[in-house]
Amino acid sequence: MISCNLHTYLIIAVFMLAIGLYGMMQHRSMIGMLISIELILNGAGLNFMAFNRFLAPEPVTGQIFTLFIMGLAAAEAAIAVSLIFAVYRKYQTSDPEQITDLRG
Amino acid sequence: MVYGTLTEICFYLFVIMIVFGALVAVSSQVLMKAVLGLAMAMFGVAGLYLYLNSPFLALMQILIYVGAVCIMIVFGIMVGYTPKQLAAYAIGPKNTILALVTSLLTLGVLQLGLSQTQWVKAPGAGGGDYSLAALGETLMTRYGLAFELISVVLMIAMIGAVAITWNGKRRGLK
Repeated sequence: MISCNLHTYLIIAVFMLAIGLYGMMQHRSMIGMLISIELILNGAGLNFMAFNRFLAPEPVTGQIFTLFIMGLAAAEAAIAVSLIFAVYRKYQTSDPEQITDLRG
Repeated sequence: MVYGTLTEICFYLFVIMIVFGALVAVSSQVLMKAVLGLAMAMFGVAGLYLYLNSPFLALMQILIYVGAVCIMIVFGIMVGYTPKQLAAYAIGPKNTILALVTSLLTLGVLQLGLSQTQWVKAPGAGGGDYSLAALGETLMTRYGLAFELISVVLMIAMIGAVAITWNGKRRGLK
């Protein structure tokens, strides 16, 4: 039974982390990077749930941790989207490489 | 036996959903498609939560990630971008090789570590109470402080989001 194996879930989580890293470097829009960050956070949550199911003595702790990850991800997405709005209004661009006011 | 086979088939389906959705999310040239891929991957993760004995977390995953975060990103795309810019910004082969090397290296190193680790179960692992009642009770008693803190964080995030966008608008009108 592959669905009752801790290793399966860990491999899926590692895959999500790697593909999220790839997306963060490959996308050239801030929204695309935000999407990749959400993928990475989801991989982290899956990891917590897998360890919670197979190794931890108390099944409640990991679930609460994953719930907190979800809440923080929602807060982070709200802040990130509003920041992207603000940057877009000021610079009329969403390309992170063109926002260079602080470049020395 | 039939039930077990069906369960396994559904598991593979969820994994395929995650892999395909994640690939679409990072490789799509149109941002709207990328968001749809993200939603698909999140549905897959929600399915895996069902296999990890937690239907409540699966529903929360669908509600928060698919329902809230994806919709918010869709709004971000629709308000902030015009289709022409969409096409111009999303295509970026400049860093593709670097990104591929980094992500494959990460995948390889972590995979190596995973395959060589012997996980030790804590005493009493695998059992316990998975019910929603136990979850709520622990959230209200032992993790009460964390619960309050995340409520404050969410409230500050909402106020901050409104403040940031409102400020930007006023500056734009000047």
